[in-house]
Amino acid sequence: MSDDILQMRGITKTFPGVKALQDVNLTVARAEIHAICGENGAGKSTLMKVLSGVYPYGDYEGEIYFDGELCKFNSIRASEQRGIVIIHQELALNPLLSIAENIFVGNELSQRGFIDWNKTNAEAARLMARVGLTENPTTRIADIGVGKQQLVEIAKALSKEVKLLILDEPTSALNDADSEHLLNLLRQLKEQGITSIMISHKLNEIAEIADSTTVIRDGRTIETLDMKRDEVTEDRIIRGMVGRDLEHRFPEHTPTIGEEIIRIEDWTVHHPIQHERVVVDHASLNVRRGEIVGLAGLMGAGRTELAMSVFGRAYGADISGRVIKDGKELRLHTVPDAIAAGIAYATEDRKRYGLNLIETIKQNISVAALGKVSRRGWVNDNEETKVAQDSRVSMNIKAPSVLALAGKLSGGNQQKVVLSKWIFADPDVLILDEPTRGIDVGAKYEIYTIINRLADAGKAVLFISSELPELLGMCDRIYAMSAGRITGVVPREQATQESLMQLMTKVKD
Amino acid sequence: MGALAGVKDAFTKNFRQSGIYLAFVAIIILFYFLTKGVLLTPQNVTNIVVQNSYILILAIGMVIVIIAGHIDLSVGSVVAFTGAVAGVVTVRHGLPWWIGVVAALLVGALVGAWQGYWVAFVGIPAFIVTLAGMLLFRGATMVTLGNTQISPFPDDFRNIASGYLNGVMGGNGFDAFTLLLGALGVIGYAFSQWRKRRARIAYQQDVESMPLFIGQIVIMGAVVMAFAWELANYKGLPIVLIILAALILVYAAVTKNSVFGRHVFMIGGNLNAATLSGIKVKWVNFWIFVNMGVLSALAGLVFTARLNLANPKAGTGFELDAIAAAFIGGAAVTGGVGTVVGTIAGGLIIGVMNNGMSIMGVGIDYQQAIKGLVLLMAVAFDVYNKRRAGVSR
Repeated sequence: MSDDILQMRGITKTFPGVKALQDVNLTVARAEIHAICGENGAGKSTLMKVLSGVYPYGDYEGEIYFDGELCKFNSIRASEQRGIVIIHQELALNPLLSIAENIFVGNELSQRGFIDWNKTNAEAARLMARVGLTENPTTRIADIGVGKQQLVEIAKALSKEVKLLILDEPTSALNDADSEHLLNLLRQLKEQGITSIMISHKLNEIAEIADSTTVIRDGRTIETLDMKRDEVTEDRIIRGMVGRDLEHRFPEHTPTIGEEIIRIEDWTVHHPIQHERVVVDHASLNVRRGEIVGLAGLMGAGRTELAMSVFGRAYGADISGRVIKDGKELRLHTVPDAIAAGIAYATEDRKRYGLNLIETIKQNISVAALGKVSRRGWVNDNEETKVAQDSRVSMNIKAPSVLALAGKLSGGNQQKVVLSKWIFADPDVLILDEPTRGIDVGAKYEIYTIINRLADAGKAVLFISSELPELLGMCDRIYAMSAGRITGVVPREQATQESLMQLMTKVKD
Repeated sequence: MGALAGVKDAFTKNFRQSGIYLAFVAIIILFYFLTKGVLLTPQNVTNIVVQNSYILILAIGMVIVIIAGHIDLSVGSVVAFTGAVAGVVTVRHGLPWWIGVVAALLVGALVGAWQGYWVAFVGIPAFIVTLAGMLLFRGATMVTLGNTQISPFPDDFRNIASGYLNGVMGGNGFDAFTLLLGALGVIGYAFSQWRKRRARIAYQQDVESMPLFIGQIVIMGAVVMAFAWELANYKGLPIVLIILAALILVYAAVTKNSVFGRHVFMIGGNLNAATLSGIKVKWVNFWIFVNMGVLSALAGLVFTARLNLANPKAGTGFELDAIAAAFIGGAAVTGGVGTVVGTIAGGLIIGVMNNGMSIMGVGIDYQQAIKGLVLLMAVAFDVYNKRRAGVSR
């Protein structure tokens, strides 16, 4: 056996109704940079949560050997004590505390309960030098850029005597210079004997820096590529990520496509807090009557941001561009504006943005178009109940009655309630954001049938999804987005998973 | 489904709500025995209603604020401020009583608009805005009154709180008119329930079995008539009770059946989803506070009229009683849940306990402590229920 720092054997992790990981194996050699690739939802993050003890021992099946020893972590603390540190995509720093305070948060340098500030700042400066961060240790986190914040996270990891560093999408929020610096730092750490696992969508970076790459798809390990020996190209990784056959998972559908209903032109959106960050970059697209148009992209590509900013500026700042519907330019400043103009947006995050979980199915369905069941401001309860009951039948919502609370339904049935709400509002344009996320296969088929039915009723459907087979199986045309830009549009006949993935990972020339 | 099963179903379906009513009945029975029957004498029943009316008026506004996920700490100060305004208008300037009423309500609406503006459009948490309002309007009261008291008020004004409708049909000692009004109320209730039932049948909705339906009306009718009997045996129907009953009917309907009410519940249940469903969240929040301001002014009028006095210290601590009533009545601390009728029951639970303990001669110190415990238990019960229901948020 060669010198492996980590072996994960036969890891299986089940959530209610879903197998997130199935018999996953991962072997990482000492002092290498190991990349993990896979589509959104393939199980990468779940695997790292198993490794770092977020899901405690016993919550999953399989074994973890670290430094040759069987590990039974029951918390993040336990894995950190062994030298495994995970840095999440959303940085876990307190913006109001100093760099030094953040580095030592949780294991403060103290004497008899009082913090030794001299030691804290001196020690922080030493760690910061190791990661090439030239700032005063007493500077607040809020006052330094994202790139430097990332370095603070790594310095924090070093303070914990890290042996295995796990980075989840470390460069997704960084500019090119910062990314380059970070990758160089990983190389230096490697020379000092620190092993890194890097989850990334940026295949060019992986090709540049990784010693080996493990590809995960649908909760299984597909292959581990030795980057040096095998001359692995980006295309080779893509094939591993998407290579799966399309079964009969989609209902038959013959589209009848009419004239253009909505056109978005030159749409640019900035981040609501970091105003200088461009989230959607001069995007243009259109959808026609009866057409289902896909919007593909990896996490952070800007799809949801595009959709929500169009939907009455529900997201973003400094928005520019034009929305033209039925040949007329619209001014959509609020969500009620957008709904009145015949646009609906069904969110990707049902629980946080879609439903009132402590209210009934009935009231969740009627809320976006309450005027239709009321007169002079008074709701006709019987009319409302009838609408909800009709939806329950036509959408096959499985619930004891329409007075059941939305929070008690399964994910698939909750999604049907969200769709019912927007169908009742009767829009011309429906933007569906990840409508099948977290839903089992049977319910997915039902949702697909509903979407086809909506298109046949003459609606324009914009279908955002991270599952390429779903887009290929459902859509008449597919736009691809990468880093806020529309990088291409492919008609259904010409689209393949490989061609889309290439567009989705395309970086600015 | 048999009648008995129907009753059981109605209870279990809405256990937390029926829990409040059961607790209310239990507390009345408990204090009936502890006070050796004094609690339910005609005079005392009238007293409980009149003494608590202004807290109940505040609680109606407060539960709507709480359902939307806010809080209002300023209502006690607004009570004092609007009372002072009424005093200045009617006593110092000698204008007719109704101008004083209109002026106070108008000032209440303006106060609500002021607070609603900061909460809804500037986005400052209601806790802060109304904490500031609590100080601000207490100060405004002192300025308005010039740090003295205003008294006495004209009789017409005082009737708001201490007037009775009686003698209309010539009764002395026993007021038949009150009984008649009670009977009319019961008939109206039965008729509206009957219409509701017919509409549900027309829409092919489930309705409760006929015996259960009639049973509900009979129980409701018996309670109302017993209550009217008590009132008729004292001074008749307090005017403030008519105001209160109208408010309860209107606001129960607003929270349950109006578009505005639905929007309030949606905002409290999931603010993000409400925004993305096209609800004009800012305006709804604004009007919630305007409404609270008007109801605070109404409570201020009743309180001032009852005391026959506008004074700078009026209304101190009322906000806490109103908030407690809403929470004891089943409103959720996190918003999205609550009812007007439950809140009234919650307020009356506090009222009956206060009254009962006073009759027993329990000191104000113990009364405070016991009230505190009741509030804590009520909210603990709510939290326990939610955990048991297992609704993830």
